[in-house]
Amino acid sequence: MIRVENVWKEYGEQVVLERISLDIADRAFVALVGPSGCGKTTFLKLLLGEEQPSEGRITLDGQPLAPEPTPERGVVFQRYSVFPHLSVLDNVLIGRDFSGSPFRGRLGRVSRRAAADEARALIAEVGLSGNEDKYPAQLSGGMQQRLALAQALIMRPRVLLLDEPFGALDPGIRADIHVLMKRLWNETDLTVVMVTHDMREAFTLATRVIAFERPRNAPADRVRYGASLSSDIAVWPPRVAGLTDPDSTPYTFASPGGDDPAQATGPRRDDPAPPLAGAKP
Amino acid sequence: MRFINLKPSRTTQLMLAVLPFALLVIAYGVGSVVRLAENPSDKLLPAFASLVDAINRMAFTADVRSGEYLFWADTLASLGRLGMALGIATAIALVFGMLVGMFPYIRALLAPFLAAISMVPPLALLPILFIALGLGETSKVTLIVIGIAPIMVRDLVLRVLDLPREQLIKAQTLGGSSWQIGIRVVLPQILPRLIDGLRLQLGSAWLFLIAAEAISADSGLGYRIFLVRRYLSMDVIFPYVAWITLLAVVANVALDLLRRRVFPWTELGKAT
Ligand SMILES: Nc1ncnc2c1ncn2[C@@H]1O[C@H](COP(=O)(O)OP(=O)(O)OP(=O)(O)O)[C@@H](O)[C@H]1O
Ligand SMILES: [Mg+2]
Repeated sequence: MIRVENVWKEYGEQVVLERISLDIADRAFVALVGPSGCGKTTFLKLLLGEEQPSEGRITLDGQPLAPEPTPERGVVFQRYSVFPHLSVLDNVLIGRDFSGSPFRGRLGRVSRRAAADEARALIAEVGLSGNEDKYPAQLSGGMQQRLALAQALIMRPRVLLLDEPFGALDPGIRADIHVLMKRLWNETDLTVVMVTHDMREAFTLATRVIAFERPRNAPADRVRYGASLSSDIAVWPPRVAGLTDPDSTPYTFASPGGDDPAQATGPRRDDPAPPLAGAKP
Repeated sequence: MRFINLKPSRTTQLMLAVLPFALLVIAYGVGSVVRLAENPSDKLLPAFASLVDAINRMAFTADVRSGEYLFWADTLASLGRLGMALGIATAIALVFGMLVGMFPYIRALLAPFLAAISMVPPLALLPILFIALGLGETSKVTLIVIGIAPIMVRDLVLRVLDLPREQLIKAQTLGGSSWQIGIRVVLPQILPRLIDGLRLQLGSAWLFLIAAEAISADSGLGYRIFLVRRYLSMDVIFPYVAWITLLAVVANVALDLLRRRVFPWTELGKAT
């Protein structure tokens, strides 16, 4: 569980976030919405460890977050998430290369072949089979984001952080990638926090939608008052990872409630999701 | 149709490219004929025949005193110095460019220093180098290195800093250590830029080489040009200058080809 306790974030004089407290249950899918410039990316950076809270603390399963990015927290940004100088396969393999080869940063031939099987399975999972040898510049925007997902998932992160990952995609491709995203969330032992501008996307994917807002948005107050959590909506009917049919989406709005009923209700699946990429083709 | 929309065909393009060169040669030929008609012993613009003569004498006839083919000996000497200096400068640029670009502590330590020393005019250091390192090869190579390395380092630092922050964060979430991120993410992406940086510095490198050779050397293309200047031997100087230019142009093209061959993805990025 991720616990955010009374977190403030200031850049110099500018207060960006204030009094943020929230708990995110394991395997939740949280959508973070709010007006532009209200600090969503900043909040994600705090979860990622790229920035530190000015006050308050964030814990993951009771342990304070490492003050720098670690493999337990994967990330996909809106752009620049993949490495332009590596082929699709190498982009997915690089995580394995890092963990298996401290000095060369690249696995030896034999272990690399085994890892490549796993990577290929993952590439197939995100629908990129046949593109293993292409470079990112040869892929469309949607394909690059799928690649970024595969690249992050090979580390089997506990938490996946997404910053407007699909914001630049056209609606058709976005719908495809939503189906993929739901499936990955259902099949993998993953807690997702996703920033989005698209309410529809938020309610299609998430178990819980959280909105940030600046309560005082007069120009004079912009510097001294930051954004805080303005609503916290559990999506109804509750989605539970691994249980909900990923493609049925008759969503309605629940009344804003503070205490996260999405996770509190419904039986939890206690056997872990089948290993996603471990299966040999 | 607007001029900005008119594009030459391939053959036209080729002809247009050749045109300025042809004009230069013609202008030279005409000038030479005119001057020689006025004064047959004029040395400023020797006839083409004298140029060919001089090339023959320098490149294909052994020197009576040393038994060497001077043109090739000079070329070898100059390219040796240049190659060594470019190698050293490239190594320095790579190591310091990455260290300064990647690590804020090293940046805080070295960036202001680098900015300052890259402003020192290298030629002003030449006397110091000659005094401190003697008149041999070391001082010439050092001059070139001092002349081009700081700019190459700063160029690479900028390139490292230009890498999207997202990439470095992503690499960390994939478990990369500083070292691993350096060799797998940063290095491959700045190597192409290093080659380009080298290309841009080729001109300066030749400048410093010839300056050093002009002042103190016993062989080398620059040495020869300044030696024969005393006898107004334009018939030697012109071919040498053309040869130096050709060498620089070939090196430039070769480096560009190398980049395209070794880093094919650098071209893809431009297309999109
Ligand atoms: N490094 C920084 N230094 C100073 N101020 C910053 C910094 N990063 C962000 N801010 C400020 O913090 C506020 C929130 O920025 P943030 O990028 O988190 O917004 P956002 O909610 O992600 O916006 P968008 O929806 O447009 O992406 C902005 O007003 C911005 O000016
Ligand atoms: Mg943002």
